[in-house]
Amino acid sequence: MKEIVIISGKGGTGKTSLVAAFAGLAKRAVLCDADVDASDLHLILVPEIIKRTDFQGGHKAVIMKDLCTQCGTCRDMCRFSAISESYEVDPLQCEGCGVCVHFCPVKAIEFPIMTCGEWYESRTRMGPMIHARLGIAEENSGKLVSLVRKEAKELAGKTNRDLIITDGPPGVGCPVIASIGGASAVLVVTEPTVAGIHDMQRVVSLADHFRVPAMVAINKHDLNLQQSAKIEDFCKESGLPVVGRIPFDPVFTMAMIHEKTVVEYDPDSLGALATKEVWEALEHAHEGNE
Amino acid sequence: MTICCARERKRRHRGKMIISIASGKGGTGKTTVATNLALSIEGNVQLLDCDVEEPNAHLFMKPAFDEKVTVYTPVPLVDEAKCNRCGACAEICQFKAIVVIAETVLAFEQLCHSCGGCMAVCPEKAITETGRELGIIEKGSAYGIELVHGKLRIGEAMAPPLIRKVREYTKPSGVTIIDAPPGTSCPVVASMKGADFVLLVTEPTPFGLHDLMLAVEAVRILGIPFGLIINRADMGNQGVKEYARQEKIDVLMEIPFDRHIAEAYSRGDLLIHAMPQWKDAFRALYERIRKLAKKGVGNP
Repeated sequence: MKEIVIISGKGGTGKTSLVAAFAGLAKRAVLCDADVDASDLHLILVPEIIKRTDFQGGHKAVIMKDLCTQCGTCRDMCRFSAISESYEVDPLQCEGCGVCVHFCPVKAIEFPIMTCGEWYESRTRMGPMIHARLGIAEENSGKLVSLVRKEAKELAGKTNRDLIITDGPPGVGCPVIASIGGASAVLVVTEPTVAGIHDMQRVVSLADHFRVPAMVAINKHDLNLQQSAKIEDFCKESGLPVVGRIPFDPVFTMAMIHEKTVVEYDPDSLGALATKEVWEALEHAHEGNE
Repeated sequence: MTICCARERKRRHRGKMIISIASGKGGTGKTTVATNLALSIEGNVQLLDCDVEEPNAHLFMKPAFDEKVTVYTPVPLVDEAKCNRCGACAEICQFKAIVVIAETVLAFEQLCHSCGGCMAVCPEKAITETGRELGIIEKGSAYGIELVHGKLRIGEAMAPPLIRKVREYTKPSGVTIIDAPPGTSCPVVASMKGADFVLLVTEPTPFGLHDLMLAVEAVRILGIPFGLIINRADMGNQGVKEYARQEKIDVLMEIPFDRHIAEAYSRGDLLIHAMPQWKDAFRALYERIRKLAKKGVGNP
């Protein structure tokens, strides 16, 4: 079984629009939205949820006022400044480490496990999909990302599909690390801007750090041909295959508004044709690796 | 919460103003707004780039960095000679960052959240702390503005502690503008908490709207007054504007889609340099923010 994860470093380079289009072009794939913090793939694939499950992230401390003697031990020991002078725990600051719970001399602190999101198994017109929603302002996004990827893998096994296409989050931190570990390959979608290049270089280093092979696609390729050439040079020097050059095309926005992939919305548009080429190159690379 | 508010009020009396620029969705123009706003305001202005995973403000400000510090977070170091393998450390650790396997204690420093629990609980005092590198912080200036940014070490998972370190550079007076990361989870909260005002930057597309609604929920949880900027305002549909109207959210600025703006951005040119007429718009934006911040959480 193969898993291709689409990442970008910089946000807004077109990851999700491409993943949606790939979902339609792939014959037998399971789709996985690992951008649990601000997931958007469902806005195009319009999934029908068949199973929803609570996600339990971690614990949070709760002080029982009637038992608390206000001795100050918890406030002294908490490294996250989560306990106020009036002995209330700020759930946004609480790291869930349990130090206050353990050291409270009168056992006045409870430590319930928190539900901090949901994950879904769904049906879409492009095939089965696993996605999730992390609660607002919550932690443990990495844990939820690992969970949706694990579930996608199981679903692929059950439904006899040999490919998982995963929409990854932006950045290089915890959720991205959780998205790429153990993947067959990552596709880095970048754009010809100074920020796009800077962020692509960082996320390529991250893939390298975790020894996941990377490929690059340049979106809005014709926005700045000089910057596009810089991306090609960087990829050549680093031995990264450039699997596609997609022109700037408002058809992506139009397709999104109509809840369609760019290939469904206008298969003959420049954006759709270039997207198909990227997909063919990916498939080719995928077969080449076997 | 109450102490926090009192401290904030005191600070506002001194004329301190912290504006956090956030978005939910990535790539909507946070950095464009943060840098151009910083350059347009008169007086003592500072920009903190808290998008430590992918900091970009310096690509436009092009500052000379004159200070660079490496930031560490404490992680346990076990003295095997003192350790009696009692397992108390593994028991208190919520993050599986320290385990006892047969006759050895293993600390997985990448998983450690630096709570200090293992060190405090160890009956043999066998645990001390060493550091795990989170990344670097660089400080410099350009156009008379101080720029401080954090850069998360490649391979490091935890952005919030580095973001909090960047925020320690907040000056006691003047205006501090924070460029926040995308999303709505802990790194975003760490970049917005304690701000006087949050500017949410979005684009008028279904993705932009969906992620904006999440970001609005996050700002409301924090109870900070906020307003909206719509970038590439003429590109998508009316969804964002309708939502703003329904929710009574002030749209403080609209930036049209303009190939000149996009090209200037792609080269790393500041908007107010490529198109100086925007400077007045950013000044007017700041005046509106000041009034709205003073009014407090007027938004429902």
